[in-house]
Amino acid sequence: MICMLNPNLKLNPKIFNLDVEQVPIRKGFGQGLLLAGEANKNVVALCADLTESTQMIFFKEKFPERFVEIGVAEQNLVTVASGMAAMGKIPFCSSYAMFSPGRNWEQIRTTIAYNDRPVKIVGSHAGISVGPDGGTHQALEDIALMRVIPNMDVLSPCDAIEAKKITLALAKTSKPAYLRLAREKTPIITTEETPVQIGKAEIYWMPDVGLAQVGIIATGSLMYRALVAAKELEAEGIKTKVMNLSSIKPIDVDAIVMLVKETRGLVTVEEHQVMGGMGGTVAEVLAQNYPVPIEFIGVQDEFGQSGTPDELVEHYGMGKNSIKEAVRKVLSRKI
Amino acid sequence: MFLSEEKIKDLEIKANDIRQSIIEMLLEAGSGHTAGPLGMADIFTLFYFHILKHDAKNPSWEDRDRLVLSNGHICPVLYATMAHAGYFLIEELKTLRKFGTRLQGHPHREYLPYIETSSGPLGLGLSQAVGMALADRMDGKDKNRFIYCFMSDGEQDEGNSWEGIMLAGKNKLRNLIALVDRNNIQIDGFTENIMPLEPLADKWRAFNWHVIEVGGHDFRALNEAVEEAQAVYEKPTVIISHNIPGRGVHEFERDYKWHGYDLNAKEAKEDYENALKELRTLGGKIKSEHQ
Repeated sequence: MICMLNPNLKLNPKIFNLDVEQVPIRKGFGQGLLLAGEANKNVVALCADLTESTQMIFFKEKFPERFVEIGVAEQNLVTVASGMAAMGKIPFCSSYAMFSPGRNWEQIRTTIAYNDRPVKIVGSHAGISVGPDGGTHQALEDIALMRVIPNMDVLSPCDAIEAKKITLALAKTSKPAYLRLAREKTPIITTEETPVQIGKAEIYWMPDVGLAQVGIIATGSLMYRALVAAKELEAEGIKTKVMNLSSIKPIDVDAIVMLVKETRGLVTVEEHQVMGGMGGTVAEVLAQNYPVPIEFIGVQDEFGQSGTPDELVEHYGMGKNSIKEAVRKVLSRKI
Repeated sequence: MFLSEEKIKDLEIKANDIRQSIIEMLLEAGSGHTAGPLGMADIFTLFYFHILKHDAKNPSWEDRDRLVLSNGHICPVLYATMAHAGYFLIEELKTLRKFGTRLQGHPHREYLPYIETSSGPLGLGLSQAVGMALADRMDGKDKNRFIYCFMSDGEQDEGNSWEGIMLAGKNKLRNLIALVDRNNIQIDGFTENIMPLEPLADKWRAFNWHVIEVGGHDFRALNEAVEEAQAVYEKPTVIISHNIPGRGVHEFERDYKWHGYDLNAKEAKEDYENALKELRTLGGKIKSEHQ
């Protein structure tokens, strides 16, 4: 069958193969941080006792003198980073998203965003796919927490390669930013050649011929499931376009409006509470620019629990079949 | 740095001027904190007119010392001292807390870039100062300048403060000097009733800091404390400064109700006018008021 991946983006041609390469998104951050550290001596790293699991270990081993071990103290993690940024450093500080920004939100607001200092807050193990650790460790609110803060950018890459590129891009901006990462291995969707730009959204999947009937906007690790759903829908005769919205803030208003002008209906997909998340952000954009029916895939105002990532994604209605069902529902709602 | 008797007399007069400016600006603003700013006026005067390496005409001078004010609510003393030090006109102090002012109710660096950080929410300043001191050490600049952090005693209740204290002790940040405004009051009452801090000096010592206790209204003793702190090589130093809240105005001294007071009440206006009179006559020591 003809592949409907956007040919201009040089995406991974093996994406739908059963043996597609899978890499944790957080690993791309670790690689990107090492490269950013090599490129700029002002890049420093701080960690709250999770150096290996947030993949800061590569940087720590190469640049021990530019790494600060904070201990289990997430409030200190970001306030110390703010002070280092005041002296000209570009600090990346990592922990699990549940603790940073989960625990230290006001510190981030007051000392980083209010001062407009270029601290990069890296929240790993975000989303329900953390799995067996259970609800305490599944950050489902972090996009909402961070996007609401002025000056703060919010990035949520879909695979390890994109995470690496976004990390490199963040090291070059003078703004505060939040980088959301997932723990589990995720299929590689992009390639080294795929363009990535903060503030820009790209269409990854499109119909071979004709217009798309429904748009799907996904962010983070669920992007892969959105693409698989789109492929299966195509086989059923439902044409979709799938957008990768890794830059939640700043958000690419023009690209989103252009997508829905074609599809007049939309499904958003994210591993986050539906309230206040990426879908809500898109809804704000469309309510003001081009209102269309939207179905929101995400967690519906409840906490997670222990289980395998796949079990949890399915249980909370974020799997491939839920996405397909949501697309059909949008189709039926279209005027 | 050597402090002569003559310089001490200059500092006493300067501190009195700054206290008058604090009362005037609070009266004009109609709200704000009183006790802390008056209690810290001597220390701010000593730092801005004797200790700090800074240049009011070149506020972003790269090699300046850094002074982080953690308890941002005492900003009237920061603003008044900076105005008297030449950062901006004393006249501007009257804009405190008013719409469009650079002198926000709690300091905001975007409005007033001459300050090192925005502050107000408590317990956040020391950790930023720790980050500054760490960055200077990485860059080999820890011998060029000091990072100072002024904190309140009330904000020792905040866990974030102790996280910063622990990290500074771990890293032996000799270029970091904290100063605690130990005035024993916080909003709800006396610190030892709200959340006992004592033995405060022992707590800091246990976190691997060098501790100096000093009276906060004695310029010579304060200057010597800072000199000792600068000389300590193996540890960060905290100066626990025993201050009289509301210092300089008899009515305000030692009473926690003046932490923050409704300046719109009629009797409050009178209290503040009397305070101004007391400061202008140096507590009745001189007859005429120098307006």
